[in-house]
Amino acid sequence: MTDPSSPLAPAVSSTAPRGDAPSAQSSGQPALEARNVERAFGTRRAVAGVSLALDRGECLALFGPNGAGKTTLLRMLGGLLRPTRGEAFIDGAALPGGGATRARVGVISHQTMLYDVLTARENVQLAARLYGVHDPRAAAAATLEQLGAARYADTPVRALSRGMQQRVSVARAVVHAPAVLLADEPFTGLDASGAAALSEMLAELRATGTTMVIVTHHLEEALGLCTQAAIMRDGRLVRHDRAPVPSRDEYTALYRELAADAA
Amino acid sequence: MPPDERAVVTGAPRVPGLLAASLVVARKDIVIELRSRSVILSAITFTLLALTIFFFAWDPTAVASIDLAPGVVWVIFVFVGLLALHRSFGVEQPTRAIDALVAAPIDREAIFLGKLLANLVFLLLVEVVALPAAAILYNVPVGAYALPLVGIAVLAAVGLVAVGTLFAAMSVNTRLAELLLPLLALPFFVPVILPAAQASARLMSGRPAAEVAGYIKLLAAFDVVFLVVCTLAYPYTLEE
Repeated sequence: MTDPSSPLAPAVSSTAPRGDAPSAQSSGQPALEARNVERAFGTRRAVAGVSLALDRGECLALFGPNGAGKTTLLRMLGGLLRPTRGEAFIDGAALPGGGATRARVGVISHQTMLYDVLTARENVQLAARLYGVHDPRAAAAATLEQLGAARYADTPVRALSRGMQQRVSVARAVVHAPAVLLADEPFTGLDASGAAALSEMLAELRATGTTMVIVTHHLEEALGLCTQAAIMRDGRLVRHDRAPVPSRDEYTALYRELAADAA
Repeated sequence: MPPDERAVVTGAPRVPGLLAASLVVARKDIVIELRSRSVILSAITFTLLALTIFFFAWDPTAVASIDLAPGVVWVIFVFVGLLALHRSFGVEQPTRAIDALVAAPIDREAIFLGKLLANLVFLLLVEVVALPAAAILYNVPVGAYALPLVGIAVLAAVGLVAVGTLFAAMSVNTRLAELLLPLLALPFFVPVILPAAQASARLMSGRPAAEVAGYIKLLAAFDVVFLVVCTLAYPYTLEE
């Protein structure tokens, strides 16, 4: 189901101001691709040759024990970190790429990436300005409203609960309607209702064609949402399932087994 | 949600250029500082206290105020600059907000230039307070050469902030950032402070402005070099 009129819908064909990122639809390229990416810190290989490909609107749930390399992989996919080897692509354009390529990506982290002295509205407007959104005020207001954070729009972030901060952080990440959303532990700090609201929002994003990678320990939420699931350990994808993803019980058992092996 | 709002959100974005993005980053830092007042209040307080302490430690029978004042002022600017610069990238630290800036489609140089502009505003504000305060405390008649003195102060501030912002970016993620920043930055401050102190001392002792033109040109040359080199070097500080 696609609702291109949604405020969260990615502006797939209209976000190429510098011409370095062709649309996934027009080029036939995967929306997000990693080709044998590796990343070493000194002698330690945090990510050791990972390949994956997601078409437009697909979602990958990435699980794994602490230190498996999930965050490092996500940072490479977001252009925040250069791979030591291999390449990552957004719609066929190599990362980190130019402004037009990075404008197609939104990043959510377990750290909010917000300025606590600024209000929720100011934080989201700042992101809108940096991404060149036409009317930052209106876009920030619309996105905060969509995420149920409009009541707190003029409250400094430091005065908000952790869950509300996370909603504002999500608003910051999606205010420019990214074509690819990378979420690292997005459910951190959220209570049950907050997690449900975030799941709902992520489902809506997916329905509107946003490609997503979600790194999480919340198997239930992620498996309900995603078309692909993978388990990472020691920098490698040790299991990678495409739709239909296995059941939650099956994956829980697998994950426990692999995490126990890693420990 | 009204359709016009949807159009706003889903319309084609226009990625800001280098200057526009720099101004967005600078504005953000200035707003944060005006709200928290964590740097500017401590910097101005430090400046006034340091001027007063130097004043009481000064023996006017041994050293003339004309000889002492320029040195005092430039020493204070250096240390106040370090105070402001250390905080510059610190505002991004607690929540890793720097990642949001790096992930944004702006040039990475714009992050540096925005930070530099904000730091420059802070240092110039301190100079606005410090120069008149020093003139009053040390009884230095600055009226006749106020304009060239202001020019020297601005040029020196640009050089100090360019080098300091780069080293602040490099040291912010280290365990000993408070120690590392002065260790890295102070040697590079010398080429800026030396001509600035020499030129201001000559002006204060009543020498003609034409006599310090060479120092001003030297300062301007260092500013250009530091601005270009530090701006180009900044993206490499973001690599892990």
